[in-house]
Amino acid sequence: MAVSLPIDRSLRRNRILFALVVGALLIAGCAERDDGFGGFDGAGGANMELQGKIDIDGSSTVFPITEAAASRFRKLFPNVNINVGVSGTGGGFKRFTRGETDISDASRPIDANEFSAAVKAGVRAIELPIAYDGLTIAVHPKNDWVDHLTIDEIRKIYASGDEKSPAPKLWSEVRAGFPERSIEPFAPGTDSGTFDYFREVTVGSKSSLRSDMSTSEDDNVLVTGVAGSPGSIGFFGAAYYEENKSKIRAIPIVNPETGKAVLPSADTIQSGEYSPMSRPVFIYINAKSVARPEVKLFVNYFLTNAAEIATAVGYQPIPASLYQHGLANFVGRKAGTHYLTPEGEKRSGPLVEVFQEQNLRETP
Amino acid sequence: MNLREQTKMQSPAEFDSDSKGPLASIQLLSGEPRRKLDARFRGLCVTIAAVSVLVLIGLLGSILLQGVPSLSLTLLTGGPEPDPSEAGIRPAIFGTLWVCSLCALFTLPIGVATAILLEEYQPRNRYGRFIYSVIQLNISNLAGVPSVVYGLLGLTAFVSMFGLFGSRTSQGGGLEIGVRYYDQFFSEGMRSILVPVSDPSQPVNKLVNGMQGFDSRGNQVAINVIPIGTPLPTGDELRYTLYEDGEAGRITKKAWYHFSLPLGRGVLTGALTLMLVILPVIIISSQEALRAVPSSLRDGALGLGSTPWQVVWHVTLPSAMPGILTGAILAMSRAIGETAPILIIAGIVYISRAPQNLMDDFTVMPLQIFNWISRPQEEFHAIAAAGIILLLAILLSFNALAVLIRQKLHKPLS
Repeated sequence: MAVSLPIDRSLRRNRILFALVVGALLIAGCAERDDGFGGFDGAGGANMELQGKIDIDGSSTVFPITEAAASRFRKLFPNVNINVGVSGTGGGFKRFTRGETDISDASRPIDANEFSAAVKAGVRAIELPIAYDGLTIAVHPKNDWVDHLTIDEIRKIYASGDEKSPAPKLWSEVRAGFPERSIEPFAPGTDSGTFDYFREVTVGSKSSLRSDMSTSEDDNVLVTGVAGSPGSIGFFGAAYYEENKSKIRAIPIVNPETGKAVLPSADTIQSGEYSPMSRPVFIYINAKSVARPEVKLFVNYFLTNAAEIATAVGYQPIPASLYQHGLANFVGRKAGTHYLTPEGEKRSGPLVEVFQEQNLRETP
Repeated sequence: MNLREQTKMQSPAEFDSDSKGPLASIQLLSGEPRRKLDARFRGLCVTIAAVSVLVLIGLLGSILLQGVPSLSLTLLTGGPEPDPSEAGIRPAIFGTLWVCSLCALFTLPIGVATAILLEEYQPRNRYGRFIYSVIQLNISNLAGVPSVVYGLLGLTAFVSMFGLFGSRTSQGGGLEIGVRYYDQFFSEGMRSILVPVSDPSQPVNKLVNGMQGFDSRGNQVAINVIPIGTPLPTGDELRYTLYEDGEAGRITKKAWYHFSLPLGRGVLTGALTLMLVILPVIIISSQEALRAVPSSLRDGALGLGSTPWQVVWHVTLPSAMPGILTGAILAMSRAIGETAPILIIAGIVYISRAPQNLMDDFTVMPLQIFNWISRPQEEFHAIAAAGIILLLAILLSFNALAVLIRQKLHKPLS
């Protein structure tokens, strides 16, 4: 033990210091405990009695609605803990169909694979549409040539094209009379439900969109991109357009049924005129979790206030009759999906037509 | 200036005497162009340094401009809310503190120990050398692996533990300690009645008239069940009355020492996953620090009859400590800002409370900030900036702690 430098002692002292600091941090984290029995009345008539935890995961598009619902519900029942994740629609379903979560946020209906995975794992899912999201197609404000676009023209702009008809590089290739300016398309990330939905209504789920677009998971980047160059065009959720009206211009889309060009607005999205670019968003509830009082009360609160909550965070409510149908399914614990036929084929169409009693394919 | 003159005077002589020396590549120009080149090179270096500093100042400046007005007590004490004026980052702050402290606690001993093994205990034979070189190669490679890959690794290795201990749902499962189960009935009088559950594998209790439970004050009560259609009683009796179709839900109460296998998506998993991310960095920097200790010190200690362990503990490690801590600072700075692996293993951005135990759900500050930035509302971008300021403050205080320790330990060797 002949070798002992003076460093040794100070090392020991500082080790104690370090341990103290780390310990203090951990204690600070533990200090907040609410797992004891609460009293009846909290601030503002809140119910401190109900306890429990609700796990929610899924689409980041639906997240603002669920977050608002959770936040309001927790003002009434502060001792119920709610976690909301943003693993994406597909990622959320993966956890949901394994029974890890109680509620799954989805910006598209459950697909055949996910549905059969849920059936296999014994998870019965109750399908509840909660709002419409209007996909907005926007251009730079200086773009004065596009007065409206048809779905065919949008397809032309965004389709990947082939050797015979490559994807257009200039606006003049989209419609005669447009200037010879280069097109700069912007799109959300390929993993998002928004991208999936747009692809389905323009080129169909079997074809692909062009690969030379600028894509970003962050819709704010798309807005900045579209606002940065007069030749650009992009699509994203209506909430992003609402917040940036001075920087970008929304384009009226021709409804293939009526032939009229329609701008996205609260009225046109709710009435279904802004078709096919408005899409429903969903929550899926694990029927087994509904027995838990905290889940039952939360979903009940969510559904009865969905129209108001959705409007508050920039989405559009679905017709009241559909909320009623959803509530009836929830109360009757009717699990299944309206978006798959008994043969397992995908059913598509406007929500008001699909979300009907006779279309429910019940989970056995 | 001094150095330059030395070079000027010495290089011709060196060049003449030994044409293969390190200075052989210096071209012999007459004085003026050489000095001009030198000035230009210095100018280039200054410009590059200035540009990077300016970018940093610009970034910090814009963050401060945007974020300082939003710095408020609400931000520090509140949870995530849909209304930007009420939103706060408290659960995420505690999440970050928990995850990073635990991560440092695991990573430093393991990383430094690995570095000591590789540097101080040299292999004695061919096979040993082979194993060492394989480990060394792997560590260098792992340092360059994108962190999202570690997130996926954490998902299988820690969250589900390869399915070895059964599966875990939101209501628990697997092997666990420090947890009590209750079946919660919610009465018509909005009261919670808890029925203790001894065997959680049994299905949830069915409602039975006269069933014993506990109310929120811990008093034992009997549940009063009435048929559907009968009018509700009034007064105190209502508190413990349920209609016959009433259902219970299983809830858990977890002690602070709650632990379970598989680890699930809790704080501990976050810390272990970040450990994987920064371990290679810590090992490599610790190795460098150990290598920088003059071998004369080791030889001296060995010559006095110390065992290898005494040499490491009393000589090498104390001398290398400042260097090791510098590496630790860099590694922790990386860990505190990691988003991708945490997004994969937890991915929660709305969470109402700070973690209560090692298994509890959590979120971290970068995730919360990322979520705020991708919102459409301008106000959320402002509080995101304020969140970044807080994150920087926490990062700097972590680093200040390490710098403080380093300063205290730094003693001249001679």
